[in-house]
Amino acid sequence: MSTAVVSTSAALGRLFVFDDEPDAAKPCHPERSEKCVLDRILQSTLKNQQSTIAVPASRLSIRSTPEMASSGIAALDSLTGGLPRGCLTEIFGPASSGRTTVLLAALAAATRRGEFCALLDAGDSFDPGSAAAAGVDLDRLLWVRCSEEQSQKNHSPQRHRVSEKQTNKKTSRASEHRLEQLLRATDLLLESGGFSLIVLDLADLPPQAAHRIPLTTWFRFRRAVEHKPTILLAIEEQPIAGSCSTLLLQLGSSAINAVPAGLNSFSASLSRHSRGGLTDSVATRLENLSHTHLLTELNINVELAQSRIERKPAQSIKFAVKTAWTG
Amino acid sequence: MFACIYIPNFFLAAALRAEPELQARAVAIFEGKPSLEKIIAVNENAATLAITPGMTKAQAELCPELALRQRSPLQETSAHAALLDCAQSFSPCVEDAACDTILLDLAGTESLLGPLPEISHAIYCRAAALGLEAHIATASNPDAALIAARGFSGVTIIPAGQEAAQLGPLPIAVLFGDHLEEEDNEEQESADRLLETLARWGIRTLHALAVLPPIALSERLGQQGLYLRQLALGAVQRTLVPVEEPLIFEEAIELDHPIVLLEPLAFLLNRLLEQLCARLAARALATQELRLTLELSNLTGVEDEYENVGIPSESDGSSAVILSGADASQSEMSTQSKAWHARQTKFARNLNLPLPMLDAKIFLKLLQLDLNANPPGAPITKIHLAAEPARPRAGQAGLFVPPTPEPEKLELTLARIASLVGEQKVGAIEMLDTHQSEGFRMRRFVAELTRKSSREQKSDLASSPPPEEASPVTALRRFRPPLRANVALENDQPVHLISRKKEVQGRVLWKAGPWRFSGDWWERDAWSRDEWDIALQSDAAKNGAIALYRLVHDLLGGGWFVEGTYD
Repeated sequence: MSTAVVSTSAALGRLFVFDDEPDAAKPCHPERSEKCVLDRILQSTLKNQQSTIAVPASRLSIRSTPEMASSGIAALDSLTGGLPRGCLTEIFGPASSGRTTVLLAALAAATRRGEFCALLDAGDSFDPGSAAAAGVDLDRLLWVRCSEEQSQKNHSPQRHRVSEKQTNKKTSRASEHRLEQLLRATDLLLESGGFSLIVLDLADLPPQAAHRIPLTTWFRFRRAVEHKPTILLAIEEQPIAGSCSTLLLQLGSSAINAVPAGLNSFSASLSRHSRGGLTDSVATRLENLSHTHLLTELNINVELAQSRIERKPAQSIKFAVKTAWTG
Repeated sequence: MFACIYIPNFFLAAALRAEPELQARAVAIFEGKPSLEKIIAVNENAATLAITPGMTKAQAELCPELALRQRSPLQETSAHAALLDCAQSFSPCVEDAACDTILLDLAGTESLLGPLPEISHAIYCRAAALGLEAHIATASNPDAALIAARGFSGVTIIPAGQEAAQLGPLPIAVLFGDHLEEEDNEEQESADRLLETLARWGIRTLHALAVLPPIALSERLGQQGLYLRQLALGAVQRTLVPVEEPLIFEEAIELDHPIVLLEPLAFLLNRLLEQLCARLAARALATQELRLTLELSNLTGVEDEYENVGIPSESDGSSAVILSGADASQSEMSTQSKAWHARQTKFARNLNLPLPMLDAKIFLKLLQLDLNANPPGAPITKIHLAAEPARPRAGQAGLFVPPTPEPEKLELTLARIASLVGEQKVGAIEMLDTHQSEGFRMRRFVAELTRKSSREQKSDLASSPPPEEASPVTALRRFRPPLRANVALENDQPVHLISRKKEVQGRVLWKAGPWRFSGDWWERDAWSRDEWDIALQSDAAKNGAIALYRLVHDLLGGGWFVEGTYD
């Protein structure tokens, strides 16, 4: 591997590694007289220097590993090491993949540490009840609820059928308006500072609307949190920040076809324990009764899609999160 | 030297000050609940008619020449304020000893106002001009002046060293005052007991009290007795407790021409704010509340002036127009001045800050954002700005404490975000004590208070064992408003669902429920609902992915709604 040589002030007084020392006794060719003169000047300068140890001219500074903060889920921390401060983390996945659960766990962990958090909710879908159950200190959470334009909320007094095209157009305008509010509010919060965790909840925005956020915006956000202890976390349906995100986590699986495992486990327990004294038909009837069912847990599958912190092969973990009423 | 202004029979004096024509008549003041009123003060003319304090009102009414007046706290407050003004016009150091007694420190005033007799006479004349018949006394210590004012009428000057001799002939009662305040009942009883004791001993004058041996007096009456003896000698030395003027920080500016645009208004507000902040800083104070009052033009006199000016329309992005209120209709604006009618002559806005602050630039920005959202609606002719003083907050950030938002920056940021999303759409969350679905409300987000409360919590937790970390729970993502759905039922259970969202419609694969909730049945807003947890396989979802939803059946309204998704 060749040693990189940089002609900086740091290199003054140090030997150039790749150049051979010009031989003073060798007669200079007339065509090379200028080079000989320069070499002689350099040689005399170097000889006058006291330092004779050859060292690399410069060393590129190594970017330090960002400080990691716990995400509130031990399994996730074991996969990624936590959430990196001063970086952008993206968590994406389809509905019911566990994105909001991970979000609430991160908020709970941050508020438990005594930090202030901000949630920019593009879809106004945050549930304070779930947050309180997850252990989020609501006094330390700033909730920004993006809304539609007032003009769009005013319904026409005449009831008439709105075509699907008109509905889509309305929805698209509403999404754009929410997005604009979210991006401007994010800029303001990043400028203000003081928040250790800023969450951009874009999960309810249509992917085509979320993809409209230019990369320059994401670069600006990432630059704003660099060298600060702020975690910038984006929750979305598809990854949209490209190379700006330091950590990219994919939740759930596109190949989920079966009934969620939490449901299976309950049904299985019913099958295991209840059949003892029951006939098959009765047990089957019981299994079909909805009031005997209970959503006990949600199985979350997390895959580390990308990490710029350290080069790791793609890994995935699975963990289960119980519902609030399970205890 | 000290002076004392004493108003004898203060209740009566306050009433006569309001009605000077009653001076020549017999007047009595009564107070109390109806049918139990009693006479509390009478003048000399009423005393000659055998009207005495303690009589009932019914008894006094039997005398036709008597003018009866109910005690008026408002008149007494006015009289007391006038007395204070009178005293403060002679000395800056004034003690408000009682509602009828004011003490002044005359040190250094002789070179300005003349010798003591002239000053005393001037005070007497000034009080008379304010409608109060006062007793004025001067002495080398405040208490001697006070006793002399109570005991002697007119103007009394006691030279230094002659207090005991001058005060000697006065009766013992002057030591205790009139106890006009309602809280003085206990003191009145104690004074009555002392007077009774001294009367039994045959002590009726201050001189008799002054010559009593101190040790024997202290053995019988304790420290109070010794103190009374010192008062009788006129030998008590103390400093005055001066009256503190209420701190009022107000700035106002009247305009020659009404202003319409926000930009010149901001320029004037900046000037007023800088002056206010400088005054607050001079007293080491901050402010937590700013009150802006704008006097608006009623437009009748300025219609012609604005006909040719050309009022900027809303489309003009150069500067905001004060008159472009959210409710001002475009048609009214377009017909200009004659169509405008000022709905109010004053426009007031209060800016409440979460913490005491002192930054003119931040205040200006907050006021600008507030006026942008709530414009006055008419040209402005006068600006009045008041600041409520508060102690500045003292805080020191720790080295190892997590970062917190700076209060000033945070306030500005929240105001800017509120102008984007709406005031009710940004803040902290407060959970309500209800089982209702959206049982919360938005409140102001404050970073500083939260830190204090967590400090208090930490101190509480220090004594108790550390709680276990809360484990993550499955979260719900809400649809706001809830998605109306058409649900196909089979055996009273949902089997298929259709809603306006493509992703939230399809076959119900699995369901749990119903879980019945209800509440507030005693209120108008009673609610009752059945909740289902369902797993839905949507045709629109990729790869037939399954999602979990909460389905709600409103039992009172009869509709089905998808409330949210478990995510």
